[in-house]
Amino acid sequence: MYPTRFNYESPKSIAEAIALLHQGGGEAKILAGGQSLVPMMRLRFAAPEMIVDINNIPGLDYLTVDADGTIHIGALCRHSDLEKSSLLMAHQPTMAAAAPVIADPIVRNRGTLVGSLCHADPQGDWSSVMMALGGIVVAQGPNGRRSIPAADFVKGPFQNMLAFDEIAIEAIVPAPKGIPNGGYLKLERRVGDFATAGVAVAVESSQGLIIRAGIGLTGVGGSTINATAAAQSLVGAPLTAGSIAHAADLAAQAAQPRSDHRGSASYKRQIVKTFVVRILSGVVESMERAA
Amino acid sequence: MTSLNEEVFPDQASNVPVRKVTIRINGENRSANVEPRLLLAHLIRQGFNLTGTHTGCDTSNCGACTVLFDGQPIKSCTMLAIQADGHDVMTVEGLATASELHPIQEGFKDEHGLQCGFCTPGMMLTAKALLDENPDPTEDEVRWALSGNLCRCTGYQNIVKSVMWAARKINNQAAN
Repeated sequence: MYPTRFNYESPKSIAEAIALLHQGGGEAKILAGGQSLVPMMRLRFAAPEMIVDINNIPGLDYLTVDADGTIHIGALCRHSDLEKSSLLMAHQPTMAAAAPVIADPIVRNRGTLVGSLCHADPQGDWSSVMMALGGIVVAQGPNGRRSIPAADFVKGPFQNMLAFDEIAIEAIVPAPKGIPNGGYLKLERRVGDFATAGVAVAVESSQGLIIRAGIGLTGVGGSTINATAAAQSLVGAPLTAGSIAHAADLAAQAAQPRSDHRGSASYKRQIVKTFVVRILSGVVESMERAA
Repeated sequence: MTSLNEEVFPDQASNVPVRKVTIRINGENRSANVEPRLLLAHLIRQGFNLTGTHTGCDTSNCGACTVLFDGQPIKSCTMLAIQADGHDVMTVEGLATASELHPIQEGFKDEHGLQCGFCTPGMMLTAKALLDENPDPTEDEVRWALSGNLCRCTGYQNIVKSVMWAARKINNQAAN
């Protein structure tokens, strides 16, 4: 199994990479971690004419937190960097929960969060997480930079909003207005398999009330699902058994699972419901501990 | 210097642009002319004749092709050989010295950590990266670290024991 023949370019700067993409005219592809792209090329689902390897561009592997709590994840920040980050443990429970369950430990050493968002696999974990967090993708092209909300970034299965000559250079999680809490749960048949179903929940609380909520669903639709009605139902009130059950029902309704070898549609819907309840019950416990 | 095209792409060997890559492999600089689409696993096996690195699933699942890339385990079937230019790679051949097995190899021998042995090179290199970072892991930590390496024979029990054996041996050596 070999990829089709391609031209390999290894730019040393973002500007050079953008120029190469422009020159490629839509037939060029960025290679970051390559953990999805290379297998797809080998299986010939993808056959780019040009590979623009960004691994030699310095300064893209950062993970930083601003004083106000804004998190910046560079295009070459690997899943394993996120998994080992004490910053995330302290500041971002939804991301901290997701990082250790991405793919498998070896793949995590290469794969990147930004690359995963760009790949826009309906079963990709980070898209749900960034949707739940109200995250932003920063794209850079010949005409400068623009910010794209993670909720709009995924256009469909394996389709993102980038123009052919734009690079996603970082992902941003905006500063929380309250205390961030939440989690990520995924059911997989074995480590490294695609998700049967996954749920990302991110909430912010202030004085016992939920002031912001986001819920993203993995692997239960044609693309990542933003369960907005479920999330909105939580805002402006404290978390109670009743409000959690209601949000879980709404999230299960938002899911559009298909029956396949990983499980029936109704089973996957049930998983979504169960995971929302589990994560939010955990949030209640941690809020009670903190109070 | 090796040119791999005749071997890997026999029908297309002529007129294909190749690039020279130099990789520090098991402590020694080796160069080869490669086509960009050549995968690292195949350069290691066919170009450098280091056939201890196995290719199992060929789709980034099984971990038999695991090598250490700048000290970190990666699946060499999912990296282009050209990406390794200028980097440090360790394969299973780099574990033992001329006279002594590495403690991880001894552990696999002592605890019967293999049957067919196909997954073993990848298991051992992943285990080496774990023990380099965490010399005294719990059994759970070993299982977690090895969760990207598949074995279809032994059922993992003895593999985990082998790594624990190696950890004890390395720690005893360090203490003495």
